[in-house]
Amino acid sequence: METFVPPAPSRINYINAQYGLKSWLLTKDHKRIALLYLGSISFFFFIGGVYAMLIRLELLTPQGDLLQSTTYNKVFTQHGIIMVFFFLIPSIPATLGNFLVPMMIGAKDLAFPRINLLSWYLYMLGGIITIYALLAGGVDTGWTFYTPFSTTFSNSYVVATGLGIFISGFSSILTGLNFIVTIHTMRAPGMTWFRLPLFIWSHYATSLVMILGTPVIAITILLLAFERLAHIGIFDPAVGGDPVLFQHLFWFYSHPAVYIMILPSMGVVSELIANFSRKNIFGYSFVAFSSLAIAVFGFLVWGHHLFVSGQSIYAGMIFSFLSFAVAIPSAIKVFNWTATLYKGSISYDTPMLYALGFIGLFTIGGMTGLFLATLAVNVHVTDTYFIVAHFHYIMVGGAMFGYLGGLHYWWPKISGRMYPDGWGRFSALLIFVGFNLTFFPQFVAGYLGMPRRYHAYPPEFQVFNVLSSAGASILAVGYLIPAIYLVWSMRYGKRAEANPWHLPGLEWRTQSPPPTENFDYTPVVTWEAYEFAPREETEVVGKFRDKVPEKA
Amino acid sequence: MQTSWIPFVPPSASTLSGKVDALYFYLAGVTVFFTLLISGVLTFFVIKYRRRNPYEIPRPVAGSLKLETMWSVIPFIIAMTMFAWGAQIFFQQWRPPTNAVEIYVVGKQWMWKIQHTTGQREINELHVPVGRKIKLIMTTEDVIHDFFIPAFRIKADVVPGRYTTLWFEATKPGRYHLFCAEYCGMNHSGMIGSVVAMDPTAFDDWLSGNSSQQSPAIAGQQIYETLGCASCHGPTGEGGRGPALGGIFGRQVFLNNGQSIKVDEAYIRESIVNPQAKLVAGFGPIMPTFQGQVSEEQLMQILAFIKSLQIQTPEPVRAASSVPAPSAPSVAPAAAATPGTAGR
Repeated sequence: METFVPPAPSRINYINAQYGLKSWLLTKDHKRIALLYLGSISFFFFIGGVYAMLIRLELLTPQGDLLQSTTYNKVFTQHGIIMVFFFLIPSIPATLGNFLVPMMIGAKDLAFPRINLLSWYLYMLGGIITIYALLAGGVDTGWTFYTPFSTTFSNSYVVATGLGIFISGFSSILTGLNFIVTIHTMRAPGMTWFRLPLFIWSHYATSLVMILGTPVIAITILLLAFERLAHIGIFDPAVGGDPVLFQHLFWFYSHPAVYIMILPSMGVVSELIANFSRKNIFGYSFVAFSSLAIAVFGFLVWGHHLFVSGQSIYAGMIFSFLSFAVAIPSAIKVFNWTATLYKGSISYDTPMLYALGFIGLFTIGGMTGLFLATLAVNVHVTDTYFIVAHFHYIMVGGAMFGYLGGLHYWWPKISGRMYPDGWGRFSALLIFVGFNLTFFPQFVAGYLGMPRRYHAYPPEFQVFNVLSSAGASILAVGYLIPAIYLVWSMRYGKRAEANPWHLPGLEWRTQSPPPTENFDYTPVVTWEAYEFAPREETEVVGKFRDKVPEKA
Repeated sequence: MQTSWIPFVPPSASTLSGKVDALYFYLAGVTVFFTLLISGVLTFFVIKYRRRNPYEIPRPVAGSLKLETMWSVIPFIIAMTMFAWGAQIFFQQWRPPTNAVEIYVVGKQWMWKIQHTTGQREINELHVPVGRKIKLIMTTEDVIHDFFIPAFRIKADVVPGRYTTLWFEATKPGRYHLFCAEYCGMNHSGMIGSVVAMDPTAFDDWLSGNSSQQSPAIAGQQIYETLGCASCHGPTGEGGRGPALGGIFGRQVFLNNGQSIKVDEAYIRESIVNPQAKLVAGFGPIMPTFQGQVSEEQLMQILAFIKSLQIQTPEPVRAASSVPAPSAPSVAPAAAATPGTAGR
């Protein structure tokens, strides 16, 4: 397409500082690495989405008529694996987090730029191995890899897929390590812990989970591979092993992994709610510490996945209690976000629509989590569509809404361009409607008893599945629209000002897109988080410079 | 399938299902309340405090410890009511009554094999009497399965190498779904069947209708003899080089490591497939493993035989007397009802 684009009026920024593939593949700039991640996770999201469409098409009719059952089993397994390990877990931390953690604390980069690049390569290596496994024949164990099915009975590419997840896990660990060191050591002068934006607090909490939890899934996958290849007998009862041990190990990571997905999203929503209502966040320290509380308590609730697995009923009781306890910090966040809006100046920009949608959907997702924490109800609804609906409310309604909200919010900073706001709001609405239509009927189908991972199902559940599939089509269109206009805007969008939303955060006090060094001068922070000042005070790039009293 | 008069609730057909539904409605009520509260307040604020002027800067609002405490403590209290209520029903779900009729269930890819104590076998169908307590003793030959009866609101994983139990008391005759709820491979969604709850008299007729099959205890006795168990444990379980088995089930026995253990299904199973694991005090490690030589169903039959052995009596017929005579259908209903009678 031959359209004349006038040369950039602004100065050198991180995008046009260097050209050529090599300058991207060998970059140590956290912003460029964030873009590498953005491209790769979008690719994986697309693959996961194609699998989701296949699932919804198959389930339109009660008979298993579109796919064979073996194919269907691979499709839902691969949907889960791709979405969880290669999209949701890296989604916000590796893209928005990578881009913004240094910018929001006034640093030039992350503490270990080379390790940051390494983590992208590890992620890609893991991803490519997993894609290889899918192309070679796929995997059919469910994303949960329960033994002994995965170790002894499955004839699919379990070890190759596990290797992909194993390797990409190290990318999470390195990202978490990088964030923690950066947040501890590289805050700008004056950026005290309690002046940190809540996005940083939530990334700090997420990083703790990443570095403490991910090694456990690595160990679990290794044991699984040893068992499958050498039959060492850890999980096989015939040689003295215990298949339920696998579930304990798996969920010890995979439950906290849910918090890797949701905590960053909560961080984004805290930013959006405060900034688009121009209000300081209500109960800042409660919101900040609730992130840490979720990260810590999150490690103590894995047993609520095992209420019907043959775990002791007393263990079940303790895990039930702790699962209720972990719900409280989430409730505190929701109440504080709502209270933040009180007497605010609320705009209806696209990111805010996503944030408001997040609060509604996360409330439903969180409250239905209480059903699952309740022992007697869990027994009936676990392994049914109720649980499928619940975790999609958390992962899509929660994590995905936060991700899209954040992507729209920081897009002007990331790309230096504005996206078409009308299309933005329209697609946000479409996604909200499509999402609810897809997943709400599944709560009902689940309580009625429809088990998950069924290729064919009794005809009385068809109405709910038709609604779900209809919703999924709307959802797909809703996702496609931003994919198109965001790419379009990179070239044709209106140029973004340094601070298009007129906000006080550090990332807005530098040009859009930022220079490679992020800031022309080392910022000195003299204001509290979310301290809204008259426009002209935050309007000037590098304004904080004026407040610097002779800094060497 | 029967449907319930309440929309979006599966048929309610066990003593437990009403209790679970009541709790579910409580949870649903709290969920609807808080969802409406939050979305209502949110909508109100979003409309009332919409941005009217692009330059306006609202006055900051200080936090409130009182509010924070309130919205931490109140949800916590509500959560604790859910916890306590849920735990209370859960305990009823998982503590089988001692006087329940036992039915053996073996899962395998991709079918449910069921055997009644009278010998009646079924595949993917489970006939049960209404108004009697039923206890399922379940295991699997291969991967993990899960026995799920939505109408009874119960479900339990069936784990290789273990016995899991599930108990219920059906309240309404009818035909209900039986699902495998733990993903188990290729034909997972085909591992379904029905639970048929019948009037007790109809059930007894059904049970006696096809009584040419051996009861599990008698079949177990034959396996016991074929495998040569009798040479050490005695033909009627009176013991010898191996521990006595008569009346051992449910008792506490001392092990040679000084500990003691209650003899349950799991311990007997382990002692057959992995005899050296927990030796009874005073006996040497002389028993060979029977791992791979007996199927899960045969193990259950041996188990039924051992359970039928009472404190040593010389007559081997003791084992057979608790189960119906195979050739006399007229005797069967009464005999089949024996365990059930105890349950009433």
